[in-house]
Amino acid sequence: MFAYIVRRLLYAIPILIGVNLLTFYLFFVVNSPDDMARMHLGMKRVTPEAIEKWKASHGYDKPLLLNSEAHALDKLTDTIFFEKSLKLFVFDFGYSDDGRDISYDIGQRMMPSLAIAIPSLLIGLMVNITFALLMAFFRGTYIDISGVILCVVLMSISAMFYIIGGQYLLAKLLRLMPISGFDSGLIALKFILLPVVISVVSGIGSGARWYRTFFLEEAGKDYVRTARAKGLSESLVLFRHILRNALIPIVTGVVVLLPLLFMGSLLLESFFAIPGLGSYTIDAINNQDFAIVRVMVFLGSVLYIIGLILVDISYTIVDPRVRLT
Amino acid sequence: MPIVLAQRAAARLISPLWKSGLSIVLTSVWLSACDNQPWNRPYPAASARDNVFYSLFQERPKHLDPAQSYSSNEVTFTGQIYEPPLQYHYLKRPYELIPLAATEVPEAKYYSAGGTLLPDNASAADIAYSVYDIHIKPGINYQPHPAFAKDQQGMLRYHHLTDEDLSAIHVLGDFKHTGTQELTADDYVYQIKRLAHPQLHSPIFGLMSEYIAGLKDYAGTLKSAYEEAAAGKEQGVYLDLTKYPLEGAETLDRYSYRIKVRGKYPQLLYWLAMPFFAPVPQVVDQFYSQPGMKQRNITLDWYPVGTGPYMLTINNPNRQMVMVRNPNFHGESYPTEGSPGDREAGLLDDAGRPVPFIDKVIFSLEKETIPYWNKFLQGYYDISGISSDSFDQAINIGTGGEVTLTDGMLRQGIELNTAVSTSILYTGFNMQDPLVGGNSEAARKLRLAISIAINTEEYISIFLNGRGIPAQGAIPPGIFGYVTGINGINNYVYQSTAHGPVRRSIEEARTLLAEAGYPEGRDINSGKPLVLHFDTSQTGPDAKAQLDWLMKQFAKLNIQLVIRGTDYNRFQEKMLKGNAQIFQWGWNADYPDPENFLFLLYGPNSKLGHNGENAANYRNSEFDRLFEQMKSMENSPLRQSIINNMMEIARHDAPWVWGYFPKQFSLHHAWIKNSKPNLMANNTLKYQRLEPELRAELQNQWNRPVRWPLYIMAIIVVLIVLPAIAGFRRQQRMPAYREKR
Repeated sequence: MFAYIVRRLLYAIPILIGVNLLTFYLFFVVNSPDDMARMHLGMKRVTPEAIEKWKASHGYDKPLLLNSEAHALDKLTDTIFFEKSLKLFVFDFGYSDDGRDISYDIGQRMMPSLAIAIPSLLIGLMVNITFALLMAFFRGTYIDISGVILCVVLMSISAMFYIIGGQYLLAKLLRLMPISGFDSGLIALKFILLPVVISVVSGIGSGARWYRTFFLEEAGKDYVRTARAKGLSESLVLFRHILRNALIPIVTGVVVLLPLLFMGSLLLESFFAIPGLGSYTIDAINNQDFAIVRVMVFLGSVLYIIGLILVDISYTIVDPRVRLT
Repeated sequence: MPIVLAQRAAARLISPLWKSGLSIVLTSVWLSACDNQPWNRPYPAASARDNVFYSLFQERPKHLDPAQSYSSNEVTFTGQIYEPPLQYHYLKRPYELIPLAATEVPEAKYYSAGGTLLPDNASAADIAYSVYDIHIKPGINYQPHPAFAKDQQGMLRYHHLTDEDLSAIHVLGDFKHTGTQELTADDYVYQIKRLAHPQLHSPIFGLMSEYIAGLKDYAGTLKSAYEEAAAGKEQGVYLDLTKYPLEGAETLDRYSYRIKVRGKYPQLLYWLAMPFFAPVPQVVDQFYSQPGMKQRNITLDWYPVGTGPYMLTINNPNRQMVMVRNPNFHGESYPTEGSPGDREAGLLDDAGRPVPFIDKVIFSLEKETIPYWNKFLQGYYDISGISSDSFDQAINIGTGGEVTLTDGMLRQGIELNTAVSTSILYTGFNMQDPLVGGNSEAARKLRLAISIAINTEEYISIFLNGRGIPAQGAIPPGIFGYVTGINGINNYVYQSTAHGPVRRSIEEARTLLAEAGYPEGRDINSGKPLVLHFDTSQTGPDAKAQLDWLMKQFAKLNIQLVIRGTDYNRFQEKMLKGNAQIFQWGWNADYPDPENFLFLLYGPNSKLGHNGENAANYRNSEFDRLFEQMKSMENSPLRQSIINNMMEIARHDAPWVWGYFPKQFSLHHAWIKNSKPNLMANNTLKYQRLEPELRAELQNQWNRPVRWPLYIMAIIVVLIVLPAIAGFRRQQRMPAYREKR
């Protein structure tokens, strides 16, 4: 397994270079260094000299990818791409275009993102599995049919509606919790309650319906028929056999998400004023802060690769037949 | 038996999760409920009756360094912390400059090229230099700050920090010791020099280098010096500006300094009321320049140091920014005079009392307008703007256009402030465009026809809920040069009537269009329909209605308007290269002087080729000549006359469809006192007063939790779960499972 992981990590290097190159290309297709300078210097009284000065002090006064005036290897290294990207691979994220230490900001914003994401994931998983099991247990009955209809209805509602509706109903009309905000320590609980509730409820439709499919698929397999033929009760068949085997796709689906929890939720964080990494990324895009954008995309790629490796490892745990070579 | 085991296993699995979930809910409910506070209160319960002002920020301020901060969301903070020499009177209108840190508003002395002192009424052409001697009040001290902290030997404590010293420092508050020092004239001079610092990007450097003597060359000097100082260093480069003299800014004595500007530039006084000219002590700059500080985000851009009524104690733009009363504040009194009606409005009730009134100001991050508005209604924000979404909920517009609050707002005791912004939003023609631009009579008539066809009144009514005044010229109300009544009407677009200006008819516009060579919207020579292009960066669904409306305005003249939507960067590029044809643009005043608006039409200030703010690239030699004459004049009937002539030229040439001056509507709760819009001053927080007891009482009244839905929800859950449990048990009792066929 160790050799497999090392091999996968080595594969990750060209992937990350590719992602970095693509991010760089896409960003600079939309925003030139001059645009970035104008955005940072403000809209009023920006002179060409000020733009040149800003570019020089932030290292954007060089060619993007190829420096034709340089010699030998400098043609590639004396460029914005090389200078801005190389340090990423040793996780030296440097400074944002307005001078902030990016590593420090990521560290600060990681916890609020996790404070929403982890309870949402765990509670959501628990609720979805319970609901899906209920529907699978009573399959074909009015409970199952009502459950599926409810799931379709819940799936059909937009995330924005859940957020605005949740804020209106629970925080404004019923006044049970704050509409938005965040705090540290135990006080944070009252702020994360509403986004977590909304996140869980908005995920029930798709999650429970998806898991129900897994359970029903497993329920139709031969080993389940055998278990029933042995005379096992339905609940025992469901919990001991179906649940355990259906957990394989569920667990792998969840494990790949785990590292990405750090990246936060763009919508939730914005509406609930949660100072997480999701809103950090959105702000950076809006402010044309390339330094932050490339770091967040790079970090997202790294975490996704880690997620995929974890999925492979989790396969070997939940299904002993799988061997990583 | 196996069933029981499975149930126990499931119970073992679920129980801890369920318990932890329940405990979270209960804890949070308990945390809110235990002190009998509203459950939805977003602030600590203990602070409910504190003298704290609650506001918000939607985007984190980029710069708090006075050399760089310019945006309104930045000066909201820097305005309360820094004290430039001058400020605007809070209540008087028209806006009036008064001393802040200075002892009086300085008067310019004029000198010829040979150094001879000229009389005050000397012609601008004869004036080579203007000199302003500024005297500051003695005895003003800076806020407590570690940069001033001294040890027992009287040496600065934190100016030689090592890596070990910094190992326990993460934020400014981690420095245990603070100190203060007296404000001196050196600090003001030091800051003027900072405008040219190679590592700072002061937005006014370009402008100021045209006026402050020697500033342009000074930037070159500093750049060379910085490169020399930075050689071989990766961080911690400090450039001691005191070693490099600047001709345009020099210290006269401990409390006096001199600014020398080229020619006559009376607008300098307005700049002296902005944070760009606030003091920065050399020791502070040195403190922040030490190695390791920037890595910890401890910079002047993040932790401002001033002498103002407030100091920034928490700067966490991810969540909250907190300002508290500066214990070293030198003291100031609430104004004793105001404008007519201020006394009746209660705005002079606190006359002569020491300011600031509020102990602490908490700005919370709030990105979206819906939660912001709802929290304002719950009493958790003290003031609010009015977005389009909530306009109908807040404002009633009467048949005569009168603006009142809705019953809901009045029941809550909310009060409304309105003011016409010192801004203009207009539709511009690119005067370099071969079709709509140029000085030909045909092009001028085409522009005038379009100016008549675009019904600004309708636009204001539909899209702004009436929050705007149609512009008759470039200068908004409240600024010298604005003319009211019949004399202020743009006769090319409006007709004067007994009821005020009335837009000329569309028939007149069609006649003008025909005279321009496009009868019925077709080219008289080719017969082809006239197609014009509108360049915009607004392409979202919200903008579509406005763009459709604009197309309809052109369609009145049978002109086909093609919308060329693009992203903001490309739009900027088009404007810079003069590739746009028709566009919308705006300007927000820096200072209350007509020069700050009329320069938007000054030829040498055009965007194309000069990168200036004249977005229409308008150039009229007579207008330019009059502008040069007017810009350095004191306000006088002669100046007004010149402005009138300039406006007549511009209205005749019609480089803009004059657009509108936006009206600012803001709401505040009954517990906020002394609230009066001041669109020029940025340090008005010190005048605000609030009644925390009333606020706490009303917050409790408005935010009592509604509990019964919780009970109903619990009953519904039970009603769902019980049949499920019954069904489960029924299945368990069945002898065997039989699949239906």
